Amino acid sequence: MGRYIARRLIAAIPVLMGVILVVFILSTLVPGDPARILSGQRGDPETIERIRHEMGLDLPWYIQMVRFYKDALTFNLGRSYRNNMKVTQAVISRIPASAELAGAAMLIAIPLGMILGIISAVKQYSLWDYASMILALLGVSTPVFFAGLLMIVIFCVLLGWLPGTGYGDGSLTYLILPAITLGIRPAALIARITRSSMLEVIRQDYIRTARSKGVHERSVVFRHALRNAMIPVVTVIGVDVPSLLSGAILTETIFCWPGIGRLAYEAVINRDFPIQRGVVLFMALIFLAATLIVDLSYGFFDPRIRYE
Amino acid sequence: MPDTGPKVAGINGVAPPRKTVVTGEGRTEVGRSLWYYAWLRLKRNKSAMLGLALVILVVFSAIFAPWITRYDPIEQLIWTEGESAQLAPPSGKHWCGTDLYGRDVFSRVVYGTRVSLRLAVAATIISVVIGTTLGALAGYYGGFVDDVVSWLTSVIFAFPFLLFVITIVAYLPPSDTLVYTVIGIISWIQVGRIVRGQVMAIKETEFVQAAIASGAGDMRIIFKHILPNVIAPVIVSATLGMGSIVMLEAGLTFLGFGTQPPTPSWGYDISRGQEYLLSGQWWWSIFPGTAICLTVLGFNLLGDGLRDALDPRLKQ
Repeated sequence: MGRYIARRLIAAIPVLMGVILVVFILSTLVPGDPARILSGQRGDPETIERIRHEMGLDLPWYIQMVRFYKDALTFNLGRSYRNNMKVTQAVISRIPASAELAGAAMLIAIPLGMILGIISAVKQYSLWDYASMILALLGVSTPVFFAGLLMIVIFCVLLGWLPGTGYGDGSLTYLILPAITLGIRPAALIARITRSSMLEVIRQDYIRTARSKGVHERSVVFRHALRNAMIPVVTVIGVDVPSLLSGAILTETIFCWPGIGRLAYEAVINRDFPIQRGVVLFMALIFLAATLIVDLSYGFFDPRIRYE
Repeated sequence: MPDTGPKVAGINGVAPPRKTVVTGEGRTEVGRSLWYYAWLRLKRNKSAMLGLALVILVVFSAIFAPWITRYDPIEQLIWTEGESAQLAPPSGKHWCGTDLYGRDVFSRVVYGTRVSLRLAVAATIISVVIGTTLGALAGYYGGFVDDVVSWLTSVIFAFPFLLFVITIVAYLPPSDTLVYTVIGIISWIQVGRIVRGQVMAIKETEFVQAAIASGAGDMRIIFKHILPNVIAPVIVSATLGMGSIVMLEAGLTFLGFGTQPPTPSWGYDISRGQEYLLSGQWWWSIFPGTAICLTVLGFNLLGDGLRDALDPRLKQ
């Protein structure tokens, strides 16, 4: 297992380097001179020149690139144009709210999706199957921001059960609507993939063997079939992290949730490029970490993969 | 099997050749192409047909928008019909009501199909061209080329799509061309992965080995022998991709970075209408929102159906 982990970690390095490269290219694409922005409207040429020099903007691009690699790997990403807060600090201050939201969304999505998928597969072509799959299709086809608006209208405006937007005092009631909104899409994807994966596994010989030797049906489904059906499910959970993060931008914007997605949105609106660059890089790192975890969990669900 | 059936255009629009085969029992059967059998399977799939109907409805709306609607989508009726045309609820006159400026929401929803479809089609074409080319090169040559393309795929894949597009689009002058080009350039990775895998598998088959043995050039082998066999999965992926691009564009416009007013677009109407949702004027954002859901649903159903229909493993 140790060698397997090491190999996966090493394989992630070139991708990490590429991610930093893309973020560097993005920064060069952005029009406008950062030194001019920082020095404000009344910045005289000398001040601008001084800032340019301090930021290393007068250096050739390849040296700037090497510097950026160094900065990115040491999480030294500069300061916000707006409030001079360190980018790393700004991002870190938003992590708890985002983690809470994403965690709650997955806590809803994974069990819900898997239960719907398992029921559909076990009772294929039943009313349950059709109902779950129609639900899942609607979940995949509804844009997250529209789902969020519907949530607010139904549960906040019409029924008045839950608060609509904001973080409030951090109590659970504020978390429910955004978490459901963000969880809809992953839940639907998980339900669909669990169903097809379970259907494939359930037709196999060892399941028939288990049934014929009298294993209880519940045990056949959960112990024999589900574990082997988990690999594609885990993949979908991992691969969907970027769209969970994209969804978080929309969800957090609609619900005024003080997380990283909202930070990204505010940064774009304020043209605060250092912050935005920091968020982009951070989200890509989160994704790389998630893929690594998914890769490692393959080894757990299917020990054969470890020895490949 | 009856001799006459719907004519299905084969590869390159040429009708597939029909060969009469005498089977063991002495019956004659007409040999048909993969596409004909795929169409038969697709026709039997009710949800795929629903998807096809929805997609046709959207395309129809986009093409015939001026004939379907009674009002211009950007005409502010408060100037002609007075205050009563402002945020008027759905009625016989305005089927989906009117918005704050007295514009007919139904017209805007119908015209909104144009911007969504144009963007989705353009972005899909770009992504299919790039994805097929790079995927084919990676799958065919393997080695270093494959390493580079796979690396590029993993790198792009690591970024959240929406944020990535916003980061580029937000700082440049807004235009449709920019939006679909950026989306196309980023979203080729799905197609690229599929084509790469298929090409790798097909490369090992006997007919490709025969072509190599007979001295055909690489480009000829890739484009003439291998790629026609990859069209089916690419079509499936492109269809499903259309749905996600429609959704992405709407999200982008919702945040204010996609299609710019006055062009009628669904994301914009949902975004502007959300303030009035709370005060009970639901029609401004609910109708365009429903339009997005139905469009995406259509592409998803059709894509799923096509996958089942074109998958030879499920062939009966």
